[in-house]
Order: sequence, then structure tokens, then C-alpha cells
Amino acid sequence: MARYFENTTVFNFSWEQVACGYWKRYPNPESAHVLSEDTYKRQIRDGCLYTKRLLTKTNRVPKWGEKFFNAKSIKIVEESIVDPKNKLLVTYTRNLGYTKVMSVVERVEYRGVASQTVALRSAWIDSQVFGFSRAIRAFGLERFRKNCTQMVNGFNYVLHNMFPKQSLSAGGNANVASSAAMSHALKEMRDAALTATDRAKANVYASVQRS
Amino acid sequence: MNSIGEECTELKKQYDDCFNNWFTEKFLKGNHDDSVCAEKFKVYQECVKRAMRQQNIDFKEVDKDVLGTEKEMKAPPQDASS
Repeated sequence: MARYFENTTVFNFSWEQVACGYWKRYPNPESAHVLSEDTYKRQIRDGCLYTKRLLTKTNRVPKWGEKFFNAKSIKIVEESIVDPKNKLLVTYTRNLGYTKVMSVVERVEYRGVASQTVALRSAWIDSQVFGFSRAIRAFGLERFRKNCTQMVNGFNYVLHNMFPKQSLSAGGNANVASSAAMSHALKEMRDAALTATDRAKANVYASVQRS
Repeated sequence: MNSIGEECTELKKQYDDCFNNWFTEKFLKGNHDDSVCAEKFKVYQECVKRAMRQQNIDFKEVDKDVLGTEKEMKAPPQDASS
């Protein structure tokens, strides 16, 4: 069974800014592992923008993993839907090929809440290598968790560059506190994130003990 | 950012610039006419697909749609802890 992981990030930028920044995320100082990025398909349906992109990233595996996963780079398909009416951007990425060795699926929802954007990230990591699937899943989960921080830092870097004034004036939680909707949403997100963190920890410990 | 095909990177840049401008100035403001970048997209697409074929990329796998379909992964129930 696939390992599940989720977390929540708040971006101090409006949903429109995040949506614009999304297409300009690469390159950034944290994205040296992203080698190429192409738009494969794009269309508008029912007022929403549907995009499919193809990315190439370097494949970073530990020594023991090279036996299964010796590819130097890996292709990733990223589908997304931008729904401007509901201020919602959803992205869904999966690796192309090597899915029996390790499949990583990531779904992110960027939702506009007051003057900020809340990103709810979910990930499913799976492997079907006989005798090694648990170890590979545990490794994949840990790698994903580490990459999360990089992804967020890189995206924030791009957003701060695109909208410098915004980042200076958004200096705080004063804005958040002033909005009842926002603090309510944040509390819910925090609770969800805590539950997810505990669950992810339990998963990792369980897998370490088992393997 | 580079394209998967080195020879497509310049075409990609031209299309991306057009798209980003359209996305910010038109699409997010409610104008859903996307014809302005169509020609650039077409030329860029031809290049990318040629590069993908050269790299033996499985088009069937890329074409598969998952987001917004039944095939999307689902979060496990809240009480599942292992």
C-alpha cells in the first residue's frame, strides 16, 4: 500500500499572484535538479485552464537504490487546472516510467483565502519491488519531505522577486489576525497538518522497524 | 528554463512570454480568448513533440489524463495511522 503524506503551506501572496508565479517557478536557486520544462497540452474548458507539462528532473538516489533505479534523470507529467472563478489552482504530478520501482504522485491545491494563498499538498509514494518495496517507500517518503521545503522556498523566492512590494507590506500576521475567515482556515489547516505529520512519522517509524 | 529539446528552448521562451502575459492580463481578468499565442504554441509544440519522439518518450503514458478523473489518488481515511 502506498505511503501517504500531506502538509499545508501559507504563501503571503494573493491567489492571482501565486497563479501567475506558478508558471515562472523555474529556474530558482532551489531548482538545480529541474533540467527541463515544456508545455505539452493546453486548453480552456468551462472557464478553466487545463495544462499538461512535461518536466525532466535529476534522479537522486542513495547508493543502495542504484541497483533498482539507475536512471540519471526522470520524466514527470504535471497536469493542472486553474479555476479563476473559485480562486483555485490544482496541480497533479506523476513520474513517467519506473513506476513499479517507485511511483510518486503529488497533488497540490492552491486556494485563495483573504489576501493569502493556502497550499494543501498530498503525496502518495509506492513501490512494487519484491522484498524492497517497504525500504523504497520509506526512502521515497523521506526524500519527498525534504524536497517539500525546497519547493516552497524556491517558489517563495520567485514570488518575492515578482512582487517585491507585496512581500514587504505583507510583513505579518497582523493581516491574518484581522481576518476571521483566515484564522479559522489556518486553524483547520494546522490541525490537519498536525494529524498528517503524526501519521507520516508513524509511517516512517513503522517502516524502519519492519525493514 | 530549458526545453527537453535544446533546439526548442528559444521557441519555448517566445511562447512562455506570450502565455504569461496573456494569463496575467487576459485570462485572470475574465477574457478567455486564447488565440493570441496559438501560432507560437503550434510551432513550439511541433518542436517539442519531435524532441520527445527522439527521446523515445511514451506518448500514450503522457496523454493519459488523471487530474479531474476517477483515477486520481485519494487521501486515506483520517483514522488510518499505519
